[in-house]
Amino acid sequence: MLSYILRRAAHLLTLLAAVSILCFGLVSLSPIDPVDAYVGADVFKVGPEQREKIAQRWGLDKPPVERFTAWAGNMLRGDFGTSAIFNEPVLDVIGKRFMVSLWLMSLAWVLSGLVGFALGVAAGAMEGTWIDTSIRFYAYLLAGTPTFWLGLLLLIIFSVKLQLTPICCAAPPGVLPGDVTFWQAVQHLLLPAATLSIVGISAVIMHTRQKMTQVMHSDYALFARAQGERTPGIVRHHAVRNVVLPAITLQFATLGELFGGSILAEQVFSYPGLGRATVEAGVRGDVPLLLGIVLVSAVFVFAGNTVADILYRVVDPRIGWERAA
Amino acid sequence: MTQCATLVTTPFRGFGRLLGLDCRRTRLLWAVGICLGVFAGIFALAAGLGTAGLDPHLAVRNQAPSLAHPFGTDPLGRDMLTRTVRGLLLSLKVGLLASLVSSVLALVLGVASATFGRAVDAVVNWLVDIFMTIPHLVLLILISFAAGGGSRGVIVAVAFSHWPALTRIIRSEVLQLRGALYVRTARRLGRSHWEIARTHLLPHLLPQFLIGLILLFPHAILHEAALSFLGIGLSPHTPAVGILLSESMRHLSTGYWWLGILPGAALMLMVKCFDILGTNIDRLSDPRTAQE
Repeated sequence: MLSYILRRAAHLLTLLAAVSILCFGLVSLSPIDPVDAYVGADVFKVGPEQREKIAQRWGLDKPPVERFTAWAGNMLRGDFGTSAIFNEPVLDVIGKRFMVSLWLMSLAWVLSGLVGFALGVAAGAMEGTWIDTSIRFYAYLLAGTPTFWLGLLLLIIFSVKLQLTPICCAAPPGVLPGDVTFWQAVQHLLLPAATLSIVGISAVIMHTRQKMTQVMHSDYALFARAQGERTPGIVRHHAVRNVVLPAITLQFATLGELFGGSILAEQVFSYPGLGRATVEAGVRGDVPLLLGIVLVSAVFVFAGNTVADILYRVVDPRIGWERAA
Repeated sequence: MTQCATLVTTPFRGFGRLLGLDCRRTRLLWAVGICLGVFAGIFALAAGLGTAGLDPHLAVRNQAPSLAHPFGTDPLGRDMLTRTVRGLLLSLKVGLLASLVSSVLALVLGVASATFGRAVDAVVNWLVDIFMTIPHLVLLILISFAAGGGSRGVIVAVAFSHWPALTRIIRSEVLQLRGALYVRTARRLGRSHWEIARTHLLPHLLPQFLIGLILLFPHAILHEAALSFLGIGLSPHTPAVGILLSESMRHLSTGYWWLGILPGAALMLMVKCFDILGTNIDRLSDPRTAQE
């Protein structure tokens, strides 16, 4: 197992190297002039000398390969550069924003896991009944729902019509981040997290239900039934134990979709997390921030996949650690 | 009436029986037909409505859905049905281009990685790995930035980011076929590579490829809408569904619910149609499930 983790770490390093080369290449291809993007609306107020100064300060007068080695060297020392739109070190921006998004993502992640699992178990245990049919229909319907549309729907119902939840942001207007009470934070978190988890639920339901029906049709379930065990007992003692670990594994393997979903949910609810920062970096051409976010999100997804992989092998010793990449 | 080999357990009576709904194969065919009908309907609506509804008519601002304006009108008095249908049409075009580009890329890379030896295989797997480790939406934002933003950015991003999953499927399919007994036998019998490819590989790969292409559509369309919604790319004047939805955000608190809800629902319907089309054609074309 130790050698597996070492191999995995080596894999991560090579992957990150490849991702940075690819992304840096892509970004240098961009016809968007970083100075233009930085100057924005003040384009007529900035003279050619000033533009040259900006270009020089950012090292834009050097050829791409030299720029890449400088950037990669700084990255290795932990310096991701300075974000042009926030005027702060990229790592600080990402760190702060990630903490905000982390609450949102983890709440949605736990919610979709728990609710999806419960619904999947119910559907699988009562296969063929109307409960099963309606749960399956619900999962099927949600599988193609655009996240941002669902967020809009929830906003219209709960914030505009019923006025139960705030319409935007992570805190009430005019309140300093330090003064936000726990209840206010939760209230602002509720709808974005609900949006994110409702979308994530359908995959969990489908997967859990499929595993559940497999177990319910197995020989050991039949044997338990022959011994006089009833359906709730079979579900509790045989089915759930077999289904819960693959479900947790799957949940770790979907961190990429969670991250993408959080970008959309944060945009709908103007939630100031990493997702919003990603969009702003893309729209306003903040290259250092965009590259930093790409790398951080790749590590995030990779970590999720690795945890899923390790869990998988711990749960099922037949797979073993030798052939793992 | 033709005999049905695959009766569904609940028998349909009367009209349903007449349509053949008691037969699973006929039901699949009906579902395919209805989906194609929805696409034809979008084109027919777009042609029938013309572009007159895109011009502002300030006299009919902010009208709730009615017979004259089934999807209502926006704060400039533009007909939302016309704008939605135009948006769907745009999504269809972007989706078609994107799934064509991505599926051809997947075919080339998948076949190459399975046939041209270890080095090519390693490179392709490497690329797939990289593309799958970056969250898809982040990747889309990055590529559209690299392509210079604008509508070109959106199209390039959506077209060049949907190939990894299909590449993996095609690669494993080709690997499996190459190891199959009948392919090895054909090779021993002295058939040329081309002949083997044409008579043994293609008939297996083609349905996989076409279904993969159809099933790429929903992803491509949703990602196009997501990018436009985020404000990356398409200009705010283009009637794209993502743009309509992000516009509707500004009128949320005024209670004009139809601005966002109806175009989004139309988009979802279209996406579901592609999904149903893909899975049903898959079941009908696969000999193992066709007669179920």
